Amino acid sequence: METLAMHISNGIIDGPVAAVFAALALAALTGCVLRGRRDLDDRLAPMAGLVAAFIFAVQMLNFPIFTAGVSGHLLGGALAAMLVGPWVGALCVSVVLVVQALVFGDGGVAMLGLNITNMALLGTAAAYVLIAVLLRVLPRTPAGLAVTGFVAAMLSVVVASQGFVLQYWLGGTTDLGGNLAGLAGTMAGVHLLIGIGEGLITATTVVTVAKVRPDLVYALRGLRPATVPTVPAVGGVR
Amino acid sequence: MGAGHGHVLYRESDSPVHRLPPEVKIVAMVVFTVAVVATPRAAFWAFGAYALLVAAVAALARVGPRWLLSRALIELPFVLFAVALPFLGAGERVDVLGLRLSEDGLHGAWNIVAKGTLGVLASLLLAATTTTRDLIVGLDRLHCPQVLTQIATFMLRYLDVLVGEARRMRVARISRGDDPRFLWQLRGFAAGIGALFLRAFERGERVYLAMLSRGYSGRMPEVWQGDGAATAGQWLVAATVPVVAASIAATAVVLT
Repeated sequence: METLAMHISNGIIDGPVAAVFAALALAALTGCVLRGRRDLDDRLAPMAGLVAAFIFAVQMLNFPIFTAGVSGHLLGGALAAMLVGPWVGALCVSVVLVVQALVFGDGGVAMLGLNITNMALLGTAAAYVLIAVLLRVLPRTPAGLAVTGFVAAMLSVVVASQGFVLQYWLGGTTDLGGNLAGLAGTMAGVHLLIGIGEGLITATTVVTVAKVRPDLVYALRGLRPATVPTVPAVGGVR
Repeated sequence: MGAGHGHVLYRESDSPVHRLPPEVKIVAMVVFTVAVVATPRAAFWAFGAYALLVAAVAALARVGPRWLLSRALIELPFVLFAVALPFLGAGERVDVLGLRLSEDGLHGAWNIVAKGTLGVLASLLLAATTTTRDLIVGLDRLHCPQVLTQIATFMLRYLDVLVGEARRMRVARISRGDDPRFLWQLRGFAAGIGALFLRAFERGERVYLAMLSRGYSGRMPEVWQGDGAATAGQWLVAATVPVVAASIAATAVVLT
């Protein structure tokens, strides 16, 4: 089965802007590598791999939106931020994007900096800020965690989509004139819908993991252990 | 899901392109793509030359045009975006077949379709001639940080774990009387997505611990890496493609 998934492809944004964002992404990723190396212990290494694999699979779900020929898909930045933290999380999403660009031709290689900035950096950072705030505000119950995951995922997708609008404004290869606001509106609207799907997936996944293995949720580290009733492992896993 | 399989795009063969070390092919592909993107969009002849270059490499790699073009459909969503541009774009309007289209939009659409297609074809050629495992070895030899290659290695390994667990859970649902058909199996799948993640993680954790106990230290053993790194000769051979592409781009910049 051939799946359709698409990031910014070659030729959408002009060369100089792509180069600037490539440099930006490279600098930010270097920081993530330095911080992430400290985070990546025996528990986080397999988790990071699985989160990346999960995001890889989930990004294959694509929603083509024909009104303006724009398409969108799930991003997974919030899930990554929640489970492996912002640094390793950004690295996970970046790895997914690099492999997709190299192996599937999904997203132009020359546009990798733009795609990484939008999805790996902006998306994950926005999600983590929201997670950090919401976890402190909301009650420490599975419901609170679910709301946190849902809201963080939904808004991070919209933020990432606006990153594309910003880049298009800076260096779009075609002048849309007054239609840039239209592009922003379409992208935001579409990604709000996608964000709902992403929010549901993120919330269900994180709540299940937190119930069975709260030690695996990065965002819950350092906080007082959540008052989550212990339930037996799903489906007799072990 | 087709993407679950690690070698979904790899075409088993023994062509000169297949035999080149992965790091050489990655660098050649990236330089080629950058050259294409840097070409002014009005230099129509340059894109024809790039297409010929891609066709030559494809022929050398024994990858058929039919296989390439059907896989290139992946860029369809952005082609649709390009189709919308002549209608949305600002500036001068021209009459084409009775429609008043934006001239800038038309150029932009051409720009996206041409550069996007060439980029996708180049990636597909790399994927068709390099296994995903070799790709990671190539990135490792290009001094990609170990954290990244480590995540990438586990990602590819765990994709199969995820797909396998999803299949087992589906079989379990069916054997308990669920009768999933077409879209209705999505509901059962969505309800179990958290459990799927957890099961895949616990299986993946055991895989990881087994690797650790066999001496895994964050980098794959030398045996896994296959033959040695690229020789100067191989670099020179593979450099022909990006060098030709870069000269086309330079000529196009000078001429326009």
